[in-house]
Amino acid sequence: MTGTLAAIGAGLAVIGAGYGIGRIGDSAMEAIARQPEAATKIQTAMIISAALIEGVALFAVVVALIA
Amino acid sequence: MKTKNIVRFFFFFILAGLTISSFGNEVGKNGEDEGKFNASEYILDHISDSHEWHILTKKNGESVAIYLPVILYSKEKGLDFFFSKKLAHGHIYKGYRLEEEGALKGKIVSINEEGEIDEENIPFDFSMTKTVLGMLFSAIIGLILFLTLARSYKKAGISHPKGIRSFLEPIIFFIRDDIAIPNLGSHKYEKFMPYLLTVFFFILINNLMGLVPFPPPFGANVTGNIAVTFTLAACTFLITQFNGTKTYWRHIYAAPGVPLWLLPIMIPVEVIGMLAKPFALMVRLFANIAAGHIIVLSLVSLIFIFKSLAVAPVSIIFVIFMDCLELLVAFLQAYVFTLLSALFIGLATTEHH
Repeated sequence: MTGTLAAIGAGLAVIGAGYGIGRIGDSAMEAIARQPEAATKIQTAMIISAALIEGVALFAVVVALIA
Repeated sequence: MKTKNIVRFFFFFILAGLTISSFGNEVGKNGEDEGKFNASEYILDHISDSHEWHILTKKNGESVAIYLPVILYSKEKGLDFFFSKKLAHGHIYKGYRLEEEGALKGKIVSINEEGEIDEENIPFDFSMTKTVLGMLFSAIIGLILFLTLARSYKKAGISHPKGIRSFLEPIIFFIRDDIAIPNLGSHKYEKFMPYLLTVFFFILINNLMGLVPFPPPFGANVTGNIAVTFTLAACTFLITQFNGTKTYWRHIYAAPGVPLWLLPIMIPVEVIGMLAKPFALMVRLFANIAAGHIIVLSLVSLIFIFKSLAVAPVSIIFVIFMDCLELLVAFLQAYVFTLLSALFIGLATTEHH
């Protein structure tokens, strides 16, 4: 039972991360479309934010693995 | 051989290793018929640390492995040094045994004369395990890279970059200009540059080495081990603590403008915040790298769960794709760790504005 609950918990965390990173991608695309010259800066900022949010999602995965 | 060719071989080796990694795990399992394939045990065996470097398992069940030295210190028996071959398959040597199942699995315990485990005095284990050997090897790679770099500067002076410098110099400048100076200020960044550079290249080299499974010094899962990332995060934490200015400490313990009755709540919150940042560093790096390894191993073990060769092409293509993603994650996690370390050090050392 703990195993299934842990898997469900990890899945919920992934929903949050997917939504968050999707929104980052969306606003990054819009920003690049508005101002193509700033594309590299926006891309760098996007990758950094995605890595940080993914870190939070992986917290949840680690907790799920421990359980 | 010219350094340009060395760099090319390095990259080719990484790419080849990524492709071969999908085949490498199959070599050991041919011909074994032990009933059901236990995927989680297989994965955990590959991720976790061990006292031997397992290369492959032959058809008759014997395993070919490099047995690593075991260094133990227990209060009664003193310092012991021997190779872990003596402890293989649960033998008892000099009163020590490597537990293979149960609560103390994977640890070396001391056995008293009746053959029972002496629960009180578990010996201190300073052994050179697989992770330690991997770290030492990556340290040697780092030393070779940077000592060559330093020597090429001494010979040629500050001129336009050729050879190994053309590879490392942009990275070092990137760390200085985009990570160190914006976060630490242009006056004080020099003091912390050695630490930031060391952390970045240590994490990067270890991440990359974890992706290449063959030959033996390469397959160790160093940064996917929470003890290693704990130590790295602890280093950042200690540097922020020892370099914190008075304004930094004031903000934690007696933030300006906070009424006195709120302080008993604010101080624990601030202390937890202070500890949570290195904790996040530790878990982020560990989870990203370990999760990557687990995904690749799971995709390969799909072949063995379904026991059919038709799954192999699909599985291998996925594995190659995931390995490329892992390459990106390797660089990214090294960068994020260094960036956040610089940010925390910068926050701790800012002057009162």
